[in-house]
Amino acid sequence: MPDLGKYADTVLSAYAISIAILIGLVALSVWQSRRARARLAEIEARRNAAKSR
Amino acid sequence: MSIWEYANPTRFMQTSGKLLPTVAVLSLLCLVIGLIWGFFFTPDDYRQGSTVKIIYLHVPSALMAINAWLMMLVTSLIWLVRRHHVSALAAKAAAPIGLTMTLIALITGAIWGQPMWGTYWAWDPRLTSFLILFLFYLGYMALWAAIENPDTAADLTSVLCLVGSVFALLSRYAVNFWNQGLHQGASLSLDKEENVADVFYLPLLVAIAGFVLLFLALVLLRTRTEIRIRRAGALVARERLS
Repeated sequence: MPDLGKYADTVLSAYAISIAILIGLVALSVWQSRRARARLAEIEARRNAAKSR
Repeated sequence: MSIWEYANPTRFMQTSGKLLPTVAVLSLLCLVIGLIWGFFFTPDDYRQGSTVKIIYLHVPSALMAINAWLMMLVTSLIWLVRRHHVSALAAKAAAPIGLTMTLIALITGAIWGQPMWGTYWAWDPRLTSFLILFLFYLGYMALWAAIENPDTAADLTSVLCLVGSVFALLSRYAVNFWNQGLHQGASLSLDKEENVADVFYLPLLVAIAGFVLLFLALVLLRTRTEIRIRRAGALVARERLS
């Protein structure tokens, strides 16, 4: 850990908040992507089942 | 091969599916290297002390906040002129990323400003234009969410994007237009003789590359999500009709 001197709180809080926001954005994007893919797969499966009947 | 082939959703899904893992891994690598290099292996600035390390988050996020809007401007214009749905969906997908980048730029700027300027906030031209850009991002996303018809939503948000572009450009050039306020000039510029010192410059470039690649990876991922949502909506509507 580098010696951040009297600005340690400033620098660490900037990094902590920014990285948390970035991780949040990536996690939300991945979660939305998975949800959309699962929903589309479910609808397509239902559609294919209806077609084959 | 023409670029307009990627306006075909199927073609876009195929190509983006192949590109996405590579872009995501490169983005993670550049971010980790740039931020670790900047945080652990660069010296303090003689005036700013260790707060100079915030530059590796603040400059790339501010740069992407403006460029995300410019990307939305280009894709919105493509929608208005050529009516390609993927283009409109790419603009929609980019907005939350641009909003996040603007938020990080505002927060890191405020945190840095307190010890350096003696205040978290000042109604300085660049800070104010960035705040307005942030509000434009919120308005843009709210407009997409408020209109049910996707084509109407794409039309109206495209027009809003054209208007908001004034503030995206102002955010970039506010310091040059109004030679006043607390915010200093650009840290990096192609037309300046001097940028920040090399010891800060090189890790900053790697961090910027990481943010650019992260933006690209997230735009690809989110556009794919929007295409799937649109397709699911169309199939459900067809089911109801039959």
